[in-house]
Amino acid sequence: MKLNIKDLPKIPERLGPGHRLCSGCGAPIVAKMVLMGTKDPVVVTNATGCLEVATTIFPYTAWKTPFIHSAFENSASTAAGVEAAYQSLKRKGKVKEEVKILAIGGDGGTYDIGLQALSGALERGHDFVYLCYDNGAYMNTGIQRSGATPRGSSTTTSPAGEAVPGKQQFPKDLTAICAAHKVPYVAQGAISNWKDLITKASKAFAVKGPAVLNVLSPCPPGWKHADDLAVEISEIAVNSKIWPLYEIENGQWKITYRPRENKIRPVEDWIKMQGRFRHLSRKENHHIIDEIQQWADENWDRLEKMEKATSNQGDSEEKQK
Amino acid sequence: MSEKGWKDLAAGGKITEPGNAAQYKTGDWRTFIPDVDREKCINCLFCYLYCPDMAIEVKEDSTLGEIKLDYCKGCGICSSVCPVKCIEMKKEEK
Ligand SMILES: Cc1ncc(C[n+]2csc(CCOP(=O)(O)OP(=O)(O)O)c2C)c(N)n1
Ligand code: SF4
Ligand code: SF4
Ligand code: SF4
Ligand SMILES: [Mg+2]
Repeated sequence: MKLNIKDLPKIPERLGPGHRLCSGCGAPIVAKMVLMGTKDPVVVTNATGCLEVATTIFPYTAWKTPFIHSAFENSASTAAGVEAAYQSLKRKGKVKEEVKILAIGGDGGTYDIGLQALSGALERGHDFVYLCYDNGAYMNTGIQRSGATPRGSSTTTSPAGEAVPGKQQFPKDLTAICAAHKVPYVAQGAISNWKDLITKASKAFAVKGPAVLNVLSPCPPGWKHADDLAVEISEIAVNSKIWPLYEIENGQWKITYRPRENKIRPVEDWIKMQGRFRHLSRKENHHIIDEIQQWADENWDRLEKMEKATSNQGDSEEKQK
Repeated sequence: MSEKGWKDLAAGGKITEPGNAAQYKTGDWRTFIPDVDREKCINCLFCYLYCPDMAIEVKEDSTLGEIKLDYCKGCGICSSVCPVKCIEMKKEEK
């Protein structure tokens, strides 16, 4: 699949201007790139959260495609209902064309409150794509910690103070949780690696059955960084391996981008760019940066092992011996 | 937009005009304004790809079009991703 940036403006724009997301928000970049993964008509369902709230302030919508505002916890269930209706209409011949269904949720709406709805929809095998834009907290209600919030991050419900230096726990591994449902396609992406991300979105839309995309989504007020840094901060997240890019396609794990030796950065470089980690630069908190580095390294090692253990290439080589 | 009574609204809070948020101009949020040096531009389109506000147009011939200042919030992402550094963010005179 050859991806040329010059072809992208020819894909219909489904999310238009006039939305009220903050200046420099990563979420609309994530959404627009994922939607570049298909030319077919798309129905979008979106859990409550910044992306939904700020794109659909009544009586306006920034969406140019059918869009359903679902509740906070059930974007995946709403999409499941849309898919069932679509299949029925298709059977009756009332809808002829191929229609894609995209369910969107933030990390709060996905890692936490919507996890059950997502798990059910994955297990039932609906033909849809689920997109989590992960900005690592409940941003729309004022930066509360979620199951995706990184360790050490200061949020309003995990504030860094004298006694506790930000969030105590590491984030849960949503991508692996989704992969454990053995759905045809699960991937993790970042806007900095746009070809990788749009290719993953194309694959997700193309497969029959459920697909999940988990995409890092910088948030200037929540992460406390300048408005122009969404892309750079994503790039350093990827190159520091705190947010590795990989996919699980029919059970086969694959790291889709390996930063070259001269591109690899310590997680500290990523941490230092964001005010939510400011307290970690204090000497007594330095061990937390070391722990995060170790966590990222172990995660990467596990990915390497999963890739090896599930590689078809490896299997067939084994058989030839 | 003039005030509507509830009888004039579509049932279920439906919004029936796709993309009508375009009537809502977010350009007045801006403090800094992107200034493109078109002589230096290599038409890579990264600024278009990354603009969170869909404020950068691409022309029919796949070259860089207008920056729609009605929507540009002045985040500076276009400037930060431009490989030839031909977008300068300038304090806007209002
Ligand atoms: C059942 C329910 N509980 C709480 C809320 C309030 N609420 C609205 S958006 C939001 C946070 C969303 O967080 P996330 O899913 O991470 O999206 P983000 O705002 O960060 O983009 C909350 C708690 C709600 N709408 N419904
Ligand atoms: S708070 Fe964060 S996620 Fe929400 S609109 Fe602002 S930048 Fe985007
Ligand atoms: S400054 Fe931000 S909003 Fe304005 S054109 Fe550049 S990327 Fe788009
Ligand atoms: S990013 Fe810079 S060089 Fe590329 S199209 Fe935009 S202005 Fe031109
Ligand atoms: Mg969030």
